[in-house]
Amino acid sequence: MSDYRVLPGPEHFLPPAAASMGIRLPNPGEAHINGVIVSEEAAYEEAARQFLMAKVPTIFPGPLVLWAWNEKAAKKATAIRHLFNTLKECVQPGQKPMLIPMPDYRPKYPKINPEIEINPNHPNLTIWHNKIDCCVFIGVHCHQANLSLKIIRGGTSCYTIAMCAQAGHEDAMLSIRDTSVEKIMRLADTIKRLKGTVQPRQASA
Amino acid sequence: MAEIKSVIGTQNKKGQTYTDTWKMMNEAPRTPSFFTGSEVIKEALRRASCDVMIAYPITPQSEAAALIGELFAEGYIGDYFRGESEFAVMSQCAGSAFGGARVFTTTAGPGTMRAMENFPMWAGARLPIQMIVTCRGINSPLSIQPDTLEIAYLLNTGMLVWHAETAQDFFDWILKGYMVSEEPDVHLPLALCCDGFFVTHTKDVVNLTPADMCLPPYDPYRSPVPCMDMECPPVRMMRDPFVMKSNYISYATHASWQQEIWAAVERSRKHSIHWLNGLIDTENMDADIVIVASGTAVSQGREAIRLLEDEGVRCGLVKVKTLRPWPEEEIREATKNAKHIFVPEFNVTGWLAKEIRATVPNHQRVHAGPHVCGGMTMPPEIIVSEIKTALGMKTFSLAGRGS
Repeated sequence: MSDYRVLPGPEHFLPPAAASMGIRLPNPGEAHINGVIVSEEAAYEEAARQFLMAKVPTIFPGPLVLWAWNEKAAKKATAIRHLFNTLKECVQPGQKPMLIPMPDYRPKYPKINPEIEINPNHPNLTIWHNKIDCCVFIGVHCHQANLSLKIIRGGTSCYTIAMCAQAGHEDAMLSIRDTSVEKIMRLADTIKRLKGTVQPRQASA
Repeated sequence: MAEIKSVIGTQNKKGQTYTDTWKMMNEAPRTPSFFTGSEVIKEALRRASCDVMIAYPITPQSEAAALIGELFAEGYIGDYFRGESEFAVMSQCAGSAFGGARVFTTTAGPGTMRAMENFPMWAGARLPIQMIVTCRGINSPLSIQPDTLEIAYLLNTGMLVWHAETAQDFFDWILKGYMVSEEPDVHLPLALCCDGFFVTHTKDVVNLTPADMCLPPYDPYRSPVPCMDMECPPVRMMRDPFVMKSNYISYATHASWQQEIWAAVERSRKHSIHWLNGLIDTENMDADIVIVASGTAVSQGREAIRLLEDEGVRCGLVKVKTLRPWPEEEIREATKNAKHIFVPEFNVTGWLAKEIRATVPNHQRVHAGPHVCGGMTMPPEIIVSEIKTALGMKTFSLAGRGS
């Protein structure tokens, strides 16, 4: 097993891909935290805890759940909205939950508007601008999510979570695989259950 | 996966049943058949639910490409046509895969070299195209004979690279290869290589799965990148590439993109182990002398081991099945007790020996040879001779100059 751990950065001028450092993706029914395989239950608890600790917990929904391009995408989008509303209900004064879409993957030139969107080619700009210290990617194509996660790890101290519809993301600090509407709702339920038990941290990105 | 699972048990237009691939490959009855390697490629494709095959003639893959044309005429392949050149073929394969098709092609030698620009593009665009490479000589003066030098050029493209020893490997790995390369965490092209003529043009008994079973179709919606979309990468990247933007963000994005390709190669390790029952096969691992080889050099090594046993020299064998992902830990473990490691190869540069030297501790144990190239055969006796010479044993010359 690799000694490498996937931790909040800023890690390096060019951080390595976690897979190249020996980090393996979880099997069905499992998740990972910092590159260590854990039960899904443990991952929900930790994801909820990280959200409730963060000053600016943020959800980044991607094209796979935007645009209502099929029935499943629309249902996931509704679940994500529920997750965001739950987060808003559960945080304490001073915390600022955000929902910022990644509507497409085009590099934005000459400069992205970081207040309204995030882009996989320069996600650090949105993280920095909004002082985001914990985020979750949902509905982003795996390749683009991994691009983003590495760049965020390289240049920011943001805690990254990936809820992936496929095999998960070892470049996130925490990843849940085979994400369905039910799993998104389960994370919302966990946040609700832990409300008031976790103190927000003072640090910012 | 739900969409794929839902078609299992249903039939395609040829009456073949979409079958769970694990059951098809491991539990379904097999029929021994006496086929050439080229015919085996055709039989594997019959069962592969392939959408598009694009062909261009170059020896020794021409026969396989033509036979797959027959499959198209029979209705087993969605589309089939001849490109204008190997470069065109590989570009057309990319277009087909961008559009969400399961794609297959074959090439060899100078054809591989001519098309080379496409292979890092395939990998970068995360296109799970399967390409059979029936290796032959690539350099001037031209040779159509077996030579594995072209594999060395494929190793750093970002493609998965497997090296089949036998026609049986070929049949099984064509089908299993799609299962690995189409995994969403992998989703990379596969170069499935063999030694031309030795495998393609000789007949062997190959155990085939039932012809009325086929792979489940490719599901492009599991791809880690969007299907063809002119407003999104990777298509957009080719219109508006990072290289055209001189700023730090462009460089960092491209760097992260490259890392992701090689991360995907790493992720293929788990799936390759699952489908191929390990990245290497081993025999006699308690021996002081170990032959490490890939392709038909494995067969010759196996025969050399038998000859050496007759002389009281015990020798082990490592068959390297996947070159990318590279079985680093497996080779290190398999050779940890070896005093001598011999690497017979069908090429002049000894690229496999270089890989092994970079992998094992005490690399002076690695004897890069014997080598043959340009179409020469590799009699097991020359492997025996190489080993005996290194051990200080008396041996004879195969060249007839007297010993």
